[in-house]
Amino acid sequence: MSTVAVPARRERRGFFAAAWAFVKRHVLTVYSILFFAYLLLPIAVVVVFSFNNPTGKFNYTWQGFTWDNWRYWDGVPGIRSSIVLSLQIALLASLVATALGTAIALALVRYSFRGRASTNILIFLPLSAPEIVLGASLLTLFLNLNVVFGFWTILIAHIMFCISFAVVTVKARLVGFDRHLEEAAMDLGANEWTTFQKVTLPLIAPAILAALLLCFAISIDDFVVTYFNSGNRITFPLFVWGAARIGAPPQVNVIGTAIFVIALTAMLVNVLVQMRRSKGAT
Amino acid sequence: MNLFHRHRGLTPYLLLAPGILFLAVFFVVPLGFLAYQSLESGNIDFGYSFTWEWSNYWNALDNYRAQFIRSLEYAAIATALALVLSYPVAYWIAFRGGRWKNLLLLFIVAPFFVTYLIRTLAWETILSDNGFVVNTLQSLHILGPGGRLLATSTAVVAGITYNFLPFMALPLYVSLEQIDGRLIEAAEDLYASKLHAFLRVTLPLSLPGIVAGTLLTFIPAAGDFINAQLLGSTNNHMIGNVIQSKFLEQTDYPAAAAMSFILMAGILVAVFLYARLVGTEQLTGTAA
Repeated sequence: MSTVAVPARRERRGFFAAAWAFVKRHVLTVYSILFFAYLLLPIAVVVVFSFNNPTGKFNYTWQGFTWDNWRYWDGVPGIRSSIVLSLQIALLASLVATALGTAIALALVRYSFRGRASTNILIFLPLSAPEIVLGASLLTLFLNLNVVFGFWTILIAHIMFCISFAVVTVKARLVGFDRHLEEAAMDLGANEWTTFQKVTLPLIAPAILAALLLCFAISIDDFVVTYFNSGNRITFPLFVWGAARIGAPPQVNVIGTAIFVIALTAMLVNVLVQMRRSKGAT
Repeated sequence: MNLFHRHRGLTPYLLLAPGILFLAVFFVVPLGFLAYQSLESGNIDFGYSFTWEWSNYWNALDNYRAQFIRSLEYAAIATALALVLSYPVAYWIAFRGGRWKNLLLLFIVAPFFVTYLIRTLAWETILSDNGFVVNTLQSLHILGPGGRLLATSTAVVAGITYNFLPFMALPLYVSLEQIDGRLIEAAEDLYASKLHAFLRVTLPLSLPGIVAGTLLTFIPAAGDFINAQLLGSTNNHMIGNVIQSKFLEQTDYPAAAAMSFILMAGILVAVFLYARLVGTEQLTGTAA
């Protein structure tokens, strides 16, 4: 700041400019490292406390190292069934939402039709509404129609908030797509369905996979919308919520760490492959 | 092009129908039910009836004004903090990241790989009364001997800031990454200092990212109740806590529905004021 504020002589400004450049280069790097430390600190706490051996029911202070939480990861009543339910919901919701979302993305990018603008808005709205409103409005629908809350209401809720994410992900890939490839296939005698199967689908497959993974990740992490529409069924985040009221057991950290490691590994492999590819290209 | 002309009339609608129908039934229709419920009177035991009960709205505003204001206040502070904290890092990755960019971005989104509730519980551990942070602040006399961080607004705002930080950092990075480095060089040739070049070129060019990041952080933050529940006390409860407890514990559906709409209205007003501040082109630019 002082470099601008002080109207200095030429050589002084040169000195301050050099100092500013030095500070800027290094302060930014140091700051960024501190920022990443801050970002990763809670994750480190989750991992470390998964090995804690708490004496009371609160897993807040470090008491001693143990493998037991990992060995008996399902030693807490209800934790295993909550994970199973979360996995079932995430799997089904991501499959259905990605199928519906891919179809919408194809229609939006490929065709001009009446109602295109309002379709875009309809896709955008669920992304921009606060989660509590999505959960609450779905709750009033089910309440007023006397629907029994449980597996199906959770599944419907998850498909609902996943669709828009799937549309946005697949759309991004379709926009930069070379249509000549499809025209070539048609010129060579393929019909519309064959072209879609043999040309379009393989080309957008990475985007479909990305949409599936994104929906899966969002679904398995969702608390708010599920909380409003779960009845007495308990997904893993709901289990954590219930456990937090009476002191969460270290097994919660075990599952949290496991989910983190799996997700991170998948992403790391993806990034490293990209880095190797871009290195090979240059 | 013939592929897309042949069944132009029907194909797009067939592709759209299942997904749009699903969103209509389970997103649009429920909002209608929510609106309807918000104007009902009665209670869970004797049933509800639709009576244009506008007093639900006025009562909600009267009784929970503090929570409404607190929600917008916490969300605004957390959004501003997230912007200030993550801008330098987004800048650093965009201009200094080199071929490590993707790896560094992975670190930015790493918190998302830990279940939301679990990472908030981790903050509960970090800020707990006998924890390292509180002890350090006490020995520095920043906190008094009995001072605590949990159950304060500081803890809640810190939790919200942390939890939505990637929503701010990613759009910032995207807009900074797109800036042509030659523009900044030219500015540095023309303006006297790097700071001026930053203020007059880099910052304005990154405005779309600032706008997108602000909205992506502010909207979910204003509706959040998890941080206030786990890191705060009842004195720090936000409107999300009230809506949640009215719906699921007190089964006072009309009041809860009315509050949901007031929350949405509050967010819309805040976004509108923000749009007036930064210019509408920026806002629609991110929406498109």
